Amino acid sequence: MDLSFSAEELAFRDEVRRFFKEEYPKDLLEKRSKGQVLSKDDIVRSQKALAAKGWAAMNWPVEHGGTGWTATQRYIYEEEAAAVDLQPLVPFGLSMVAPVIYTFGNDEQKKRFLPDILESNVWWCQGYSEPGAGSDLASLKTKAVRDDDHYVVTGTKTWTTLAQHADWIFCLVRTDGSGKKQEGISFLLIDMKSPGISVRPIITIDGGHEVNETHFEEVRVPAENLIGEEGKGWTYAKVLLTHERTGIAAVARSKRSLSKIKKFAAKQMNGGLPLLEDETFRRRISEIEIELMALEMTDLRTLAAVSLGGAPGPESSILKIKGTEIQQALTELAMEVSGYYAMPFIPESLEPGWNGDPIGPEEAVGTASKYFNMRKTSIYGGSNEIQKNIISKAVLRL
Amino acid sequence: MDFSLSEEQILLQDSVVRFVQDEYEFEKRRKIISSEDGFSRDNWKTFAELGWLAMPFPEEMGGIDGTPVETMVLMESIGKGLIVEPYLATVVLAGGLIKEAGSPAQQEELIGGIVDGSTMMAFAYAEAQGRYNLADLVTTASQQGDGWVLKGSKCVVLGGPSADKLVVSARTSGDQMDSNGISLFIVDANASGVSRRNYTTVDGNQASDITFNNVSLANSDLLGAEGNALPIIEKIIDEATAAVCAEAVGAMEVTYQASVEYAKTREQFGVAIGQFQVLQHRMVEMFMETEQTKSLLYLAIMKLAEGADDAAKTVSALKAKVGTAGRFVGQQAIQIHGGMGMTDEMSVGHYFKRLTMINTLFGSVDHHMKRFAQLSD
Ligand SMILES: Cc1cc2nc3c(=O)[nH]c(=O)nc-3n(C[C@H](O)[C@H](O)[C@H](O)COP(=O)(O)OP(=O)(O)OC[C@H]3O[C@@H](n4cnc5c(N)ncnc54)[C@H](O)[C@@H]3O)c2cc1C
Repeated sequence: MDLSFSAEELAFRDEVRRFFKEEYPKDLLEKRSKGQVLSKDDIVRSQKALAAKGWAAMNWPVEHGGTGWTATQRYIYEEEAAAVDLQPLVPFGLSMVAPVIYTFGNDEQKKRFLPDILESNVWWCQGYSEPGAGSDLASLKTKAVRDDDHYVVTGTKTWTTLAQHADWIFCLVRTDGSGKKQEGISFLLIDMKSPGISVRPIITIDGGHEVNETHFEEVRVPAENLIGEEGKGWTYAKVLLTHERTGIAAVARSKRSLSKIKKFAAKQMNGGLPLLEDETFRRRISEIEIELMALEMTDLRTLAAVSLGGAPGPESSILKIKGTEIQQALTELAMEVSGYYAMPFIPESLEPGWNGDPIGPEEAVGTASKYFNMRKTSIYGGSNEIQKNIISKAVLRL
Repeated sequence: MDFSLSEEQILLQDSVVRFVQDEYEFEKRRKIISSEDGFSRDNWKTFAELGWLAMPFPEEMGGIDGTPVETMVLMESIGKGLIVEPYLATVVLAGGLIKEAGSPAQQEELIGGIVDGSTMMAFAYAEAQGRYNLADLVTTASQQGDGWVLKGSKCVVLGGPSADKLVVSARTSGDQMDSNGISLFIVDANASGVSRRNYTTVDGNQASDITFNNVSLANSDLLGAEGNALPIIEKIIDEATAAVCAEAVGAMEVTYQASVEYAKTREQFGVAIGQFQVLQHRMVEMFMETEQTKSLLYLAIMKLAEGADDAAKTVSALKAKVGTAGRFVGQQAIQIHGGMGMTDEMSVGHYFKRLTMINTLFGSVDHHMKRFAQLSD
C-alpha cells in the first residue's frame, strides 16, 4: 500500500496544471469562478479545448482517441479540473453513447459518429426514461416498427436532459412486445431534426430548464442507425451502466465545494465570531469531511481494482449513493452559511452570463436553487433506493 | 387538560380551509405570485372581511381578542394552502410589536389600519452580520434635536415590498451585541432616505433589503421605551416563530399525505411503489415526524398562551424540530415522487421549498438547538 505519486505522475500533474493555466480558455474559467452559468456555445468551446489537447475522452480506448490514462492519472486530472472548477463534460455523447458505439456498433457507425463526439461537434441527449418507465426502465413503451429500411418511432421520452440543445438522441425503443420485457428493446440513434420530434420544456423546482419531454410521432429512422442487434438494446445499456461509474462519486468536486464553503463560512459572522469558528458548525463540516475522506478512498479502491483488470462490480453503487448524499449535504451546508441570504431568488442569475448585483454576499447567490436542484442526484442514474436494492441482491445476496 | 379546539376555533379553521379551496387552487396561486405585487390585494381585503387581520388584537384596539391558538389554527391552514399574502409580516410581527409596545395613539392609528386592511407593515430586524441574533445590531438611531436619525441596513425583510410602514430595530446606545440599548421605531416606508431592493424569495414570498440613509424620525415614532426593546422583540419573534411553525406543520401534513397518495397510484415493476417496504417505512417516518412536530407545536402554543416562563425554550424546541422534521419530510417527498418531485408543475416541490425557507426563518436548527440548551437548566 502506497499513497504517493511517482515522478511521472507528478510530471503529469504539472502538465495538467500548465494546460489549465496556459491553454484552456481563460474567459471560461473566469465565468465559472464568478458562478455564472455557461451558455451552450461556451460549453462546446470548453469541450473542444479539451478535445484539442486529447483529453476529452478519459474512458475511451486509445485507438478511438481515448486518453489511455491510468487510474492515478484520472484521479490527478479530476483533482486539477475541480481545482479550477472546470465546466463538467456533458456526459451523453462522450461517456454514455460513445462506449456503446465503440463496443457494439459496426465500423460504419464508429466512423460516422465517434469523431464528432470526440470533438463535440454534435450534442447528444439520452432518451431512456418515459413517463411510465423510470426505475422500471425495461417497461418502456416507445415503439419502433420496422418498415423496409426504416424504423418508425412513436412514443414519449421524458426527463431528457438538455434536449433543447441536442442534435442527436440515443434511445431505448421497443421493437418487440411479445416476450419478456427486457427482450425486444433496441438501441437506436435518432437525428433530433427528424420530422415528428417535438421537445417540451420541463421547469424544475429550482427554476431552471434542464429537462424536457421529447415526443416522437411516427418518426422515420434509417435502420442503419440501429446499434448491434435488434432486441439486444437492454444488454448494451446495462453493460454501459456498470462500466460508467467513474466520476460518479464526484469526490474532487465535493472536496472543492467543501473548501469553498469553509472560505465562505470564514467570512460570515455569528455572534461576533466567524461562523467557521462556531463549534456546532465545525462539527457539521467535520462530519461531511470525514465521509468524504472515506469516499475518496473507496473510490480509489474501486478504480485500482478496475485498473488491475476487474470490472467495477455492484460495489460501485456505494459510490453513487455516498457521492450523492455528500453532494446534497454540501448544498445544505452552503444554505446554512448563507443564513437569511439563502432566501432571495434572482431568476436572471440562472441565465448564462448573468453578471448582476448579488443580494447579500455573492457566495449566497443561488445556494437555495442549487440545494433544490441537487435533490435530483438521488433520483436519477438509478435512484438511491434502486442502488441499495442492487447492493443487497448482488453483494449481500439477500 | 384539553387539546380540542373550541367551536369558534373550528369555525375559523373551516373558513380558512374553504378560502384555500376556493381561492388558492394551485394555478391561481401561481398567477398571484407572478403578479406585480406578488400577492393579491383582493385576498387581503377578504382577510380583513373575514376578521383574520383583527385576530390577535384586543377588542379595545378593534380586534377580536384571539389567542395564540387562533393564530395557530389560521397559520396551519395558511401552510396547507401555501398562502403568500404577508399575514405573518403585517399581523403577527408588526401588529404584535405595536400591540405589545405601542402608545394608545400608535395603536389606534396602526392597528386600526392593519385590522381594516388599509395598512400593510413589515418588521425590519435582521442584519447581515447578526445572522439570527436579534441583539447583534449595527443599525443605529441617534438623537437629533427632538427627534432621531436612523442609519443602517436590514436584510430579507419579509413583506417589505408591500409595507406602508416599517417597524425597525436599532441601537440607541451600547455596543453591537449589548442586550440593552435597543429601540424600535415606526418608519414610513416611503420616507426620504429609505431605499428598498425588492425581490421574490425562492418560495414565492416577497421581501426587501432595506437601507436607511439618515432617515429623520420624530420622537413620536419611537415604539415603546427607548433602549428596552429586546425583551419585546424576543417575545414577538417567539410568537411569530410558533406561528410559522404552525404553517410548517400544515405544510408537512400536506406533503406527507401527497407522498402517500402518489405512492398508491404510481406503478413501477407492475406494482404501486407504495408496495415497496423501504418506501412504506419512509412514509411512516414522515408521518411520525409530522405528529411529533405537531405535539411540540401544541406545547409551545399553550405555553405562549399562558405566558409560561419556559415558553421561549419550548418555542426553540419546536423550531429546531420543525427544521429537522420539515427537511426530512420535504426531501423524502421529493425522493418518493422521483422525477415528478423535481418539477415546478407539481405542488410538492413548492411545499418543500416553503419548508426549507421556514427552516431558515427566525433561526436555523443549530441556532435554536443552542438557544434551547441555554434556556434549559
Ligand atoms: C434532473 C433529472 C434529469 C434526468 N435526465 C435524464 C436523461 O437525460 N435521460 C433519461 O433517460 N432519464 C433522465 N432522468 C430520469 C431518471 O433516470 C428517472 O427519474 C429515474 O430513473 C427515476 O424514475 P422516476 O422518476 O420515474 O421515478 P419512479 O421510478 O417512479 O420512482 C419513484 C420512487 O420510488 C422508488 N422506487 C422505485 N422502484 C423501487 C423499488 N423497486 N424499491 C424501492 N423503491 C423504489 C424510487 O427510488 C423513487 O424514490 C432524469 C431525471 C431527473 C430528475
